[in-house]
Amino acid sequence: MSATQTKPVTKDAEPIIALFERLEKEGALRNPSWVFPLRQAGLAKFAELGFPTLKDEDWRFTNVAALTKLPFKPVLQLHHHGLDAGAVERFAFPNLGGSRLVFVDGHFALELSTLTPESGVKLTNLATALNSDFGLLEKHLGRYANGERNPFTALNTAFFHDGAFIHIAANASPSPIHLLFISTSRENGLAAHPRNLVIAERGAQAVIVESYVSLDGKATVTNTVTEAVIGENAHVEHIKFQDESAETFHLGSLHAEISRSANYLYHSIATGARLARTNLHTVFNGEGIECVLNGLYLVNGDRLADHFMVVDHAKPRCKSHEYFNGILDGKAKGVFAGRILVRPDAQKTDAKQTNKNLLLSDTATADTKPQLEIYADDVKCTHGATIGQLNDDSIFYLRTRGIGLDNARRMLIHAFAAEIMDRIKCEPARKHLDEIVWDRLEQHSAVAVSK
Amino acid sequence: MPQPIIEINNLHAGVEGKQILKGLTLTINPGEVHAIMGPNGSGKSTLAAVLAGKDGYDVTEGSVLFHGKDLLDLDPEERAREGVFLAFQYPIEIPGVNSTYFLKAALNEIRKHKGQPELDAMEFLSFIKDKIKLLDLPESFLKRPVNEGFSGGEKKRNEIFQMAVLEPTLAILDETDSGLDIDALRVVANGVNKLKRPDHAQLVITHYQRLLNFIVPDFVHVLTDGHIAKSGGKELALELEAKGYDWITKGERQPA
Repeated sequence: MSATQTKPVTKDAEPIIALFERLEKEGALRNPSWVFPLRQAGLAKFAELGFPTLKDEDWRFTNVAALTKLPFKPVLQLHHHGLDAGAVERFAFPNLGGSRLVFVDGHFALELSTLTPESGVKLTNLATALNSDFGLLEKHLGRYANGERNPFTALNTAFFHDGAFIHIAANASPSPIHLLFISTSRENGLAAHPRNLVIAERGAQAVIVESYVSLDGKATVTNTVTEAVIGENAHVEHIKFQDESAETFHLGSLHAEISRSANYLYHSIATGARLARTNLHTVFNGEGIECVLNGLYLVNGDRLADHFMVVDHAKPRCKSHEYFNGILDGKAKGVFAGRILVRPDAQKTDAKQTNKNLLLSDTATADTKPQLEIYADDVKCTHGATIGQLNDDSIFYLRTRGIGLDNARRMLIHAFAAEIMDRIKCEPARKHLDEIVWDRLEQHSAVAVSK
Repeated sequence: MPQPIIEINNLHAGVEGKQILKGLTLTINPGEVHAIMGPNGSGKSTLAAVLAGKDGYDVTEGSVLFHGKDLLDLDPEERAREGVFLAFQYPIEIPGVNSTYFLKAALNEIRKHKGQPELDAMEFLSFIKDKIKLLDLPESFLKRPVNEGFSGGEKKRNEIFQMAVLEPTLAILDETDSGLDIDALRVVANGVNKLKRPDHAQLVITHYQRLLNFIVPDFVHVLTDGHIAKSGGKELALELEAKGYDWITKGERQPA
């Protein structure tokens, strides 16, 4: 294991390194062989970084101590899950159309998937593509998710087995594609490391939905990484919906490399998990790009939802907007950190960032850290953050029109969520997610407070 | 003599321990338009807030009967359903709440309370069609969030439009003229006048006489230091315009 011996190894990374070495001996990580150096690099990175603590600036508000105590047993193959098509149907997005790839604990389940061949689209699972699409994969896989100091991304690179591979040819516009990741949550400490690669060539138009759900309530880990390569003038709407069980630890990162004049619209709708951390990293590699990162997090109990993002304006005349709203109930915690980086060449950048947090209880908390780092002089950049409760004046106004206190609160909370949900352009996806969000809100005790 | 719409008797109220209304008495009968005028700080807006049921105001003495019922015992939404309407001096912007959705919900709450069937979306739209024209509002505003991005004049027109839809028996107009230019004022006042009904009443709260050129009151009351110091007909407003409030404030300090 030369890769790990040259650098200092953090103490809590030792069991992970031992695990890697054991799996390697068993031959679980060697196939195909060209991927192995990538894994080694991932492991080396993880060994260097170790699990984050509150002393790490990027993890100041998110305590992962409970997570690091888990054994991180990777799920090495598709096991007998006992799921049938009917059981999967409840996680479907009605009327979305197109193909649906289903993954169980990170592994592709062909018998549960619906594949509709369409021209201009290559859609398969990564484990298959690793052997059949060597050229494209070697060029892209792991090329974007490597620049960051995120130990979980490194962990994914070391241990991933499967995920989705989507290639959309130039100017193709296929039906929406749904990637459904089901965690069976059958055993404490199981870890799934799904790895997705999305390539949208020049002028392609696509809608991609990634959804993460769980069946049971054991303390498992989902550690997913998606790399997205958005070609010139491509229009991609990418939705991530995370609705895992309240015992699950969810870690996810997106690494999007965007080319000239492309339009990339990303949504993160996070309603689940005990602790969820979503890292978004977008790099603008051409002029005239428009990128929106749009997110809603909805947590109650003592759960935590964290969004961390870096928007990297490397080229001039690009537009980026981040809108994140959090609705926090009980003792829940919302965390937001957004960094906009405007490099010296990136003149005429137009960057905006907003994070709003609505606290429905006296015990919910929010930490927000918007950050601008600007090295160009002719730019337009703004950011703002709010943390607050429902506005008393608004409630009073609605009540003076005959609307009861409960309904007034509902209207305002729904409106707060709708600011984000209304940006989802794909109508069937928006309708479905809207219903789920509303359903979750109704379950929160503080939405309806009878006097 | 029909039952009065509202009977305010010896009302004492304040906010955060500060006494603002100090024995206000006023009766309004069906078909009447009353104006309350007074200098800044006399308690005009407090009266509006107390009648609408705003949190934070304590009534320490006195009573308010609305159609013979104890108004002060009701929540704000119950007052609205009984027929009280407050046109806000500063209407609240509510981003994300669609105007049509909001107003239909409000109207249906009131209809439910009256034992009338609720209106569906189509019925609602035909119900409000003429009322929109009355206030000279573009129909597009119904698709926008409540008051969001409206100009000052649009907000005030929207208040009167809501009044037209909800058909309150008592409309309280709190400084509806503030911030309006003369054309906007004319539209708003014209709307209010068309909504006059023999079985309804209006209470117009204003600092300036200007509004009363357009909404002509049957009675004018001067509010100073938390109670009504002088009442008269519409000519009292003109007298106040000419002489200011001082002659009343000073005069009323002498023992009766």
